[in-house]
Amino acid sequence: MKRSVRCMLASLLLALGLIAPPAGAADDETLVSNLRQLNEGSFDDKAAAVRTIAESGHPRAVPVLQALLDSRLYFRIAGGGIVIADALDAGYSVTDPVSGEALGEATQYEIRRVSINNAVRTEARKMLALAGLSSPDRQARAQAVERLLASPDPAIAERMEGLIDDEPVAGIRRDMALAIGLARLEAPEPATRLAALETLDGSLRNRVRNEVRRVARNDPAPAVQARAADILEGIEERRDLWGLGEQIFFGLSAGSVLMLAAFGLAITFGVMGVINMAHGELIMLGAYTTYVVQLLMPNAIDYSLFVAIPAAFLVTGAFGVAIERGVIRFLYGRPLETLLATFGLSLILQQLVRTVFSPLNRQVSTPEWMSGSIEINAALSLTLNRLYVIAFAFLVFGLLLVLFKRTTLGLKVRAVSQNRAMARAVGVSSSRIDALTFGLGAGVAGLAGVALSQITNVGPNMGQAYIIDSFLVVVFGGAGSLWGTLVGGLSLGVLNKFLEPETGAVLAKVLVLVFVILFIQRRPQGLFPQRGRAASEG
Amino acid sequence: MASPQTSATRVIPERPWRRLLHGDMGGRILLGTLAVLIVVIPILNQGVSPSSPFHVSDYTVNLLGRYLCFALLALALDLVWGYAGILSLGHGAFFALGGYAMGMYLMRQIGDRGVYGDPILPDFMVFLGWEQLPWFWYGFDQFWFAALMVLLVPGVFGFIFGWLAFRSRVTGVYLSIISQAMTYALMLAFFRNEMGFGGNNGLTDFKDILGFSLADPQTRLALFVASAVALGLAYLLCRSVVRSRAGRVVRAVRDAEPRTRSLGYRTDHYKLWIWTLSAMLAGLAGALYVPQVGIINPSEFSPLNSIEVVVWVAVGGRGTLYGAALGGALVNYAQTLLTAMIAELWLFALGGLFVAVTLFFPRGLVGLLKRREDRS
Repeated sequence: MKRSVRCMLASLLLALGLIAPPAGAADDETLVSNLRQLNEGSFDDKAAAVRTIAESGHPRAVPVLQALLDSRLYFRIAGGGIVIADALDAGYSVTDPVSGEALGEATQYEIRRVSINNAVRTEARKMLALAGLSSPDRQARAQAVERLLASPDPAIAERMEGLIDDEPVAGIRRDMALAIGLARLEAPEPATRLAALETLDGSLRNRVRNEVRRVARNDPAPAVQARAADILEGIEERRDLWGLGEQIFFGLSAGSVLMLAAFGLAITFGVMGVINMAHGELIMLGAYTTYVVQLLMPNAIDYSLFVAIPAAFLVTGAFGVAIERGVIRFLYGRPLETLLATFGLSLILQQLVRTVFSPLNRQVSTPEWMSGSIEINAALSLTLNRLYVIAFAFLVFGLLLVLFKRTTLGLKVRAVSQNRAMARAVGVSSSRIDALTFGLGAGVAGLAGVALSQITNVGPNMGQAYIIDSFLVVVFGGAGSLWGTLVGGLSLGVLNKFLEPETGAVLAKVLVLVFVILFIQRRPQGLFPQRGRAASEG
Repeated sequence: MASPQTSATRVIPERPWRRLLHGDMGGRILLGTLAVLIVVIPILNQGVSPSSPFHVSDYTVNLLGRYLCFALLALALDLVWGYAGILSLGHGAFFALGGYAMGMYLMRQIGDRGVYGDPILPDFMVFLGWEQLPWFWYGFDQFWFAALMVLLVPGVFGFIFGWLAFRSRVTGVYLSIISQAMTYALMLAFFRNEMGFGGNNGLTDFKDILGFSLADPQTRLALFVASAVALGLAYLLCRSVVRSRAGRVVRAVRDAEPRTRSLGYRTDHYKLWIWTLSAMLAGLAGALYVPQVGIINPSEFSPLNSIEVVVWVAVGGRGTLYGAALGGALVNYAQTLLTAMIAELWLFALGGLFVAVTLFFPRGLVGLLKRREDRS
């Protein structure tokens, strides 16, 4: 700590150009002689020089080592000094490594690069990382620890020991302890190795697991081996647990996509009893709307989704109303014919998109704020776009629930779906409600399309991939029940993801299909059967 | 649905043969046309010189043979859709299963003439590094066995599917969707190399059938004739089924299943029985189709293929048998014409057909002709 404070202070003062540090002249001299060794010595000498430079605590040590790593450290043939050289358009601009003063320019014939090998480079990296540990910037310290974890070194471990207590951030402190532990696994005394093992207990990192596994196999002391095996088991168990968490997350993510795709179907099929085979194509239209919106506002991709969501809802909703008014209303009460007609529509829509946009997949970009991931720990990180899709699915679910249970429109829709004649008798315009309900279902399909555009390819065939799955969800969950769709979608998604590692993606899909078919054998009405007269008529 | 009814006032012929086609003008025309084709096409193909305008090219013979297979498939679907009211969106699966059974026989006939020259293993198995023939490929070197399997595999598969579905009273659109899911699942499964059916590429590079080279025009002609005969016989079989007592129960199931059940009929048995028969006919169509196109791959299982069959039947006129056969041949002829002109147009046309038929011509072409007849 004292040293680092002095370093910081010194560099501050130097930067201000106020005073030279008291011991400056002597330090400068050692730095210069070490720099010379970097150029002239053997690679072993060079590695030693790197270490001496780093340990000298000279304020210019870090920039010099960084320059060495970046291949910016040169030997100046005339005058024989070491310089830092930055390439210009022609020639180089040269700086003095010790003082940081500009020394003018040089041509490529006047300087020669200081040659290093991988061992020297690793040494420089380690030393830089160690220096980074004293940085006031939290991000820089975290990166430095990460680097040290990748190449544990007993000598550095000693140095870290001194820094660990001053580290304010608990997470970085823990990682420092890990790095020290990893470095000491090679210690000659079994007691030290045992103590080091204890510090590694419970870590989820790949590197730690591999090292502990190596110790459990190869350590000369049986006691250390046994302890290592114990700890390894603990680590594996916890990693498995987190792995399970990851699978559940993937499952929920896949399930929420299914759920979104199926909501629209739950409305058109479940509430109205209309089989809409063009549902997948409405999803596709929603995704293409996102694409078009992004084309229209190429400079504001970050906000494009907020435009695309209402746009997709309106576009697909309008298509839905048109389909209902143009085709479906003539076919009420004839489900098989409805199925065929809407299938024809789906072919037409597909071909339309192919003709207008091209049969190739279109690129929809993900906004900045949706890319990246949240790292929970070394074993589990959640990708943001999937998290947002899950949240979006639940949002849509909540809105639909409110719409159906709390608004007049919802009341009318339920009234018409339960008893059309009675609803008409009390003054509900059933044909208007039909068109609106179908439009709503189609609009929700469009919303699903926006979400899908963020996680899969957008192409003319994308709807087909979801139509059968969505029907399965609706049939499994129970037609006409939003809760059924929620539970059905999520559970099928999770089931699928759990089967996948065992059986492969394709077979998992087949097994889920078979599972649903067998499930309907037991409960033909699905998980959440509809009750009342409407159910028995279907 | 008004199928040709035998009114009580007419005299019903004595002989069973004549009784079968009594009042069935469409059927007679269909069988007559087939008979003419069987005689005329071989003569025009083999007997007339290629320069003559009456010559029928080998390509046309092949094309006609395929149309006849599609007509047979449509006939099979009409049996369940038109008469039992079961809209299957998965009949392509039975067609493909039959096709695969035939394809396996043709594959084994290649023998050591494959690229890798293995006397037993088909090329794709050698390519995958398999040592042994999987057990389910045994016996397919014999034609009689393959021919049996062509009927048995789709039959048993259809039986199991139907048994599960009808027993638990899955009806209407639910059944349609499950049947679509079935063919979709099969498609995914057959895409896998591990299944042992050639994966993505399917079975192809066939050399000969029963010792005759498939590249030979005479063999193609024979396959055409076989398809025509199969269609004719299948028509008679279906006709006798729908005219039988059981056929009338099946029609009652279509029109009012709960009522028929209340009368004491085991409706699920009747449905299962006609469903299985239809699956076997579809398998037969597939088996005749595969040697004529020379390839069978998992895309035959794709849900789109199955649903196209539905539109053939709808266009021709469901519930008439001969209408379905007509639709199967005609729609495919239209597809050949349209894709040759503008490939893009075909899906628009097909989609339009779906909508138009359901909205404006629910009884199909046959219905249109009938209406004109009724007016005059």
